[in-house]
Amino acid sequence: MSNDGNAARLEIKGELNIFTAAELRLQLLEALATGTELEVDLSQVSEIDSAGLQLLIAAKRDAAARQQTLRFTDHSPAVFEMLELCKLTSHLGDPVLIHAQP
Amino acid sequence: MSMNLDDALHTFIIEAKELLEDMEAALLRIEQTPDDADTINAIFRAAHTIKGSAGLFGFDHVVAFTHVAESVLDKVRNGEIAITSELVALFLGVGDHLGAMIVAIAGGIEPDAQMHDASNALVDKLRTYLGQSSQVSCQPPATAAEPQLEKENAAGVGSDNWHLSLRFGPDVLRNGMDPLSFIRYLGTFGKIVEIVTLVDKVPALPELDPEASYLGFEIAFQTEADKATIEGAFEFVRDDAIIHILPPHSLISEYQRLISELPQEELRLGEILVRCGTLTPGELDAALDRQADHPDGPAHPLGEVLVDQKLVQPRVVEAALDKQKQVKEAKSAESGLIRVNADNLDEHINLIGELIIASAGASLIAQQTVNPALLEAMARLSRLVEEVRDSALKLRMVQIGATFKRFQRVVRDVSAELGKDIRLEISGGETDLDKTVVEKIGDPLTHLVRNSMDHGIEPADVRLARGKPAHGTLQLNAYHDSGSIVIEVADDGGGLKRERILAKAIERGLIKADQQLSDQEIYQLIFLPGFSTVEQVSNLSGRGVGMDVVRRNITALRGTVDIDSVEGVGTTMRIRLPLTLAIIDGFLVGVNASSFVVPLDMVVECVELSAQQTEDSHGRDHLNLRGEVLPFIRLKQLFDVPEAPPATIEIADDEGELGTVRQGSSSSLLTAEGAAALASDPELTFLLNPVPRENVVVVQYGGRRTGLVVDKLMGEFQTVIRPLGEVFSGLDGISGFTILGNGNVALILDVPGLVRRVAGSEGRRNAQASTYRGTE
Repeated sequence: MSNDGNAARLEIKGELNIFTAAELRLQLLEALATGTELEVDLSQVSEIDSAGLQLLIAAKRDAAARQQTLRFTDHSPAVFEMLELCKLTSHLGDPVLIHAQP
Repeated sequence: MSMNLDDALHTFIIEAKELLEDMEAALLRIEQTPDDADTINAIFRAAHTIKGSAGLFGFDHVVAFTHVAESVLDKVRNGEIAITSELVALFLGVGDHLGAMIVAIAGGIEPDAQMHDASNALVDKLRTYLGQSSQVSCQPPATAAEPQLEKENAAGVGSDNWHLSLRFGPDVLRNGMDPLSFIRYLGTFGKIVEIVTLVDKVPALPELDPEASYLGFEIAFQTEADKATIEGAFEFVRDDAIIHILPPHSLISEYQRLISELPQEELRLGEILVRCGTLTPGELDAALDRQADHPDGPAHPLGEVLVDQKLVQPRVVEAALDKQKQVKEAKSAESGLIRVNADNLDEHINLIGELIIASAGASLIAQQTVNPALLEAMARLSRLVEEVRDSALKLRMVQIGATFKRFQRVVRDVSAELGKDIRLEISGGETDLDKTVVEKIGDPLTHLVRNSMDHGIEPADVRLARGKPAHGTLQLNAYHDSGSIVIEVADDGGGLKRERILAKAIERGLIKADQQLSDQEIYQLIFLPGFSTVEQVSNLSGRGVGMDVVRRNITALRGTVDIDSVEGVGTTMRIRLPLTLAIIDGFLVGVNASSFVVPLDMVVECVELSAQQTEDSHGRDHLNLRGEVLPFIRLKQLFDVPEAPPATIEIADDEGELGTVRQGSSSSLLTAEGAAALASDPELTFLLNPVPRENVVVVQYGGRRTGLVVDKLMGEFQTVIRPLGEVFSGLDGISGFTILGNGNVALILDVPGLVRRVAGSEGRRNAQASTYRGTE
């Protein structure tokens, strides 16, 4: 986690799933507590499941309740694929970069 | 179908075994670092995944057993239970028992009473950690009575999509299933026309239980499949989720019922159905109206709906297994690995061996035709063949790390048994070697490790008295060295007792009392059958069975084992193995008409052996190589290679006279003048009667250098190693043969054997020399 000007940044690396959800939840809570603006970099997420998805949704909800800004950026292909599957891209409301088809 | 079942089951078994290995490794790690959350998670994950997969196959005994273990692990993870060595020991036992169950499943054996007893014993112990006697239930829930059917006279809705309404229960994730994977699976046999993910139930972060499932989905689905197939997709969450599957053109009343069954979402759900295109707004109104007409609500619907989770069609096992396979396939793709049948791989490598021989043959013919274009094409082809060979051989390479990790357990168990505190240090785990070698090296390595722990490392009091740390250290190390892989087992124990080994060997009549042996040779004695110096035989080792087996196993892999030992400081056993068993880069040399192959990795350099040097060596077979003494062997003498090349003999048979002329001494044909001219002109002598040049190929193995004296150096040659037949198994100095491009056979030199032979004879000679000096 780093603090870049006003916005805190958090990078999630590797798996974002049931196995890592508990720990990431704490990280997100901590990160949200530090300031008014948080940017979460998802570019290194290799795997995401519903637990991970729920975490993203809950974080958004939490941030909204506290009137904080929370942005998910650089969605990795895994995240993007999952959001497309659930048609939740617009729900989370962050700009998503569409990856070139391999 | 049974095919599918077998495949899927096989995958399950392999994966379960791997997971158990991971779990064991993690358990052994956790003892050292009890607070490492990653390791605890790894253990939990292994148990959890095994439970999930076992559940898919209906191995209820595995599920029930693992469930209890998982509950304890969960408490560990939450910090409610501290990690103690008893707990680790218990879980190692759990792992072993799970392994036994998996083996039984693999063998198609139904769990017997003994296994149940073992399960129960472990479960009882586990329960003491849970502090309650929780009832483990693995019975499938009773199926509800089939509801009655009534007819409804109403038109269906316009949409021709299936409508799926899914509400996943909170435990779905915990039970090892990911709701998203079900959605993905649907995509495999139909098209998700529209999907609305219901996220309303997801709480804000502070209230979120990261392992509970909160999601729901409304899906408009287009498929050719029948209802049973769709139902089959949800087979495994049927008990944990609310699933409604409405066929195309379902009656409005069914939607009404759907809406009313999920009342808290009523309005929203209606909208969602419209958004899915399942209902038109008009149809939605009709449904809602109808519900309003019946204030009693869902208790008295117009007609019971055909489609209900309680009205389950017979299980469609095949669909379930297909799904299983899909999940597995997706998983392997994720990790970027494919499982390949080892037989297929071996066949592939054999074929490449044939390809190399064939291409060598083609190259030879190309050289004879002297067609530049053909030569160029062949050169390119050869290079490609070489690359194919390298990549094929790489396929067989695995890291030795996994084998090393297994020893964590061995060391733990054995040190507990011996009452010694021994730590294992592993390095070089990333060293690659042939899979066959890895499989076969496990047993000898285990034996060496046990031996070191039992005999090498002293009891703590002795260690302290000797000024060493109380805990012993055992090191496993691996590295590559000139075409070999070296595996070291090193301990910081008492070292080999040279005198005692010598005394024992003399007592057993293995050597004569006056025999002079180098330290190396004395240490090698412990590999002789029936040799053990330990006064006390433990149940681990010391019976003298084993070390000879160790050496035999290693020799069978074309490897060697040697020992470095300093009394009181420690012993290092060094196993050297060839990197690969099938194809090597060879260096082709000629002795008279015979060809030999030296593994190229072991060749250091080639030098010419002049007549002068031969003379200087005074028959001692040593030469001065840039100021160093290099012992050498004449292959011609060693293998007694016939002086007359066989090719010439053939010619002699066909053309008798010419052959005789050729074989006749050149001097007898000379006239008197000619002889005089020869005598006066040394240059002419040389031209007419060249001194056959000899070459020395300097080879290195295990830190020792030896020269091999040959006639011709014929260059690099890709060598497919063929083993020698049984008859030649006792042959010294030859490790195999290969077929050359022209169809001739070339023998592959056993360089380690030759080097040892030279070192041995040298050692003996030195020993004799010193004895002479002693007596003089």
